[in-house]
Amino acid sequence: MTTKTRVPAVEGWFTAEGGEPALLGSRCRSCGTYAFPREAFFCRNPACDSSEFDEVPLSRRGRVWSYTDACYTPPAPYVAADPFVPFCIAAVELAAEKMVVMGQVVPGVTVDDLAVGDEVELVVDVLYEDDEHEYLVWKWKPVGATSGGARG
Amino acid sequence: MADDRRVAVLGAGMHPWGKWGRNFVEYGLAAARAALDDAGLSWTDVQFVSGADTIRNGYPGFISGATFAQALGWSGARVSSAYAACASGATAVAAARAQILAGLCDVALVVGADTTPKGFFAPVGGERRDDPDWLRFHLLGATNPTYFALYARRRMELFGATEDDFAAVKVKNARAGAANPNARYRQEVTAEEVLASPMVADPLRLLEICATSDGGAALVLSSMDFARRHAGGSTPVSIPAVSTVTPRFPQTVIEMPNFATDSAVAVGAVDGPGFRRSITAAAYEEAGIGPEDVDVAEVYDLSSALELDWYEDIGLCKEGEAERLLRDGDTALGGRIPVNPSGGLSSFGEAIPAQAIAQVCELVWQLRGRAAGRQVDGARVGVTANQGLFGHGSSVVVVR
Repeated sequence: MTTKTRVPAVEGWFTAEGGEPALLGSRCRSCGTYAFPREAFFCRNPACDSSEFDEVPLSRRGRVWSYTDACYTPPAPYVAADPFVPFCIAAVELAAEKMVVMGQVVPGVTVDDLAVGDEVELVVDVLYEDDEHEYLVWKWKPVGATSGGARG
Repeated sequence: MADDRRVAVLGAGMHPWGKWGRNFVEYGLAAARAALDDAGLSWTDVQFVSGADTIRNGYPGFISGATFAQALGWSGARVSSAYAACASGATAVAAARAQILAGLCDVALVVGADTTPKGFFAPVGGERRDDPDWLRFHLLGATNPTYFALYARRRMELFGATEDDFAAVKVKNARAGAANPNARYRQEVTAEEVLASPMVADPLRLLEICATSDGGAALVLSSMDFARRHAGGSTPVSIPAVSTVTPRFPQTVIEMPNFATDSAVAVGAVDGPGFRRSITAAAYEEAGIGPEDVDVAEVYDLSSALELDWYEDIGLCKEGEAERLLRDGDTALGGRIPVNPSGGLSSFGEAIPAQAIAQVCELVWQLRGRAAGRQVDGARVGVTANQGLFGHGSSVVVVR
């Protein structure tokens, strides 16, 4: 049983409050353009010069735009488990925000389990750990998958 | 073609690509001297030095123009250094071309060279939590091949590309590269060997992903008037267009090193061409030509699959038809429109600041009829295409 303190691997990019994990993006108060990670002082829309944004949770579900895996250990600053365990990465299309967001896929899922167009949902899971902490990050989990992730 | 947009290419030179492990300045110097020899000019004839920067070789890499100028011997030439990720070399060409077209100089030297670490490109050192390039490695473990693989899988899904198609691109490029003395990999490979190489980022295998290399490339450019005087009246190979356009919002294809695409909520998806397509479209427009005029192309095959995307993005065929072009042999040496007769990144590996310059070197040799063993017969018009990080890309048109 772990007694490690759980902390986000990056501050303010996602929330797990109330058991409803979500990415935290920004939405322009003038034109409605979303951004992830959050934009704080410019809107990416060239027709918009607004500098006011709301922090908003992004859609918790989306569909796989494309996917791949990491068969070799990524270089630092990735903190890899030893021995390295390959993982999948998915680029996921969010319908409401009309954008694609990348994330690791929860452990236990291989490319054979994924297909373009599959529905996935956001979970918070451990990215890496040290002696005192577990560092958390967002991951995508296939809807209907029974194992992996959702430990946030 | 009017002179007002053209600059002449008097010389092209390279230091062979490899994993030599020496200082990048040595490669740039060798390439510069080769280009000057090729041009029949001496270093002191150069009025403007345009360097393409490397970010992995300390301060000399950030001021590459001055670094190369010092190595050649301070001569009082004016200098510029440019960084634009994989498009750095083309940005250095664009800077030199602008100086010449503005009448500020007659002769310019463009140089790019790199020494690369082994294995995956990693972000430059230090803990930088506000740098998306650092964060994508830290939070996702997303390497460059991760992004190439996302495009490759998407292509399989949308257009029915197969692993055999991707392997066939590698086989084609390895065959061309085997004839190129400047290429790092000079061995032909079979499709079976490609498909037996280890998977790196599904569906891409080790032999289908461009390596990181050491190398250097250089060009001597001049005004058309100077070139005619220098060459005794004969018309030199020239560059009528250099495109370094940025994407248009919303960019709806995920690009290194980003975590997400732009949101298309406010303005809808772009109606026009995507970013890669817009890069070459701008070059064609500037040159007053179209893809139907192109005899030979050098495209940025960061992966074997990405070369297929480029066939469509540079207008050789419609979207979804690249596999047919490949299977028909149209893009192989001897085909209708050979692509990457140099062997491409597949045979070179990537020496980032030198690469877009090397693409132009190959076209210059092709258009002069001097690409022994890999010559595209009668080539008169060539185009390069390149895409880098952070919204950088380039396309250069070369004509005879």
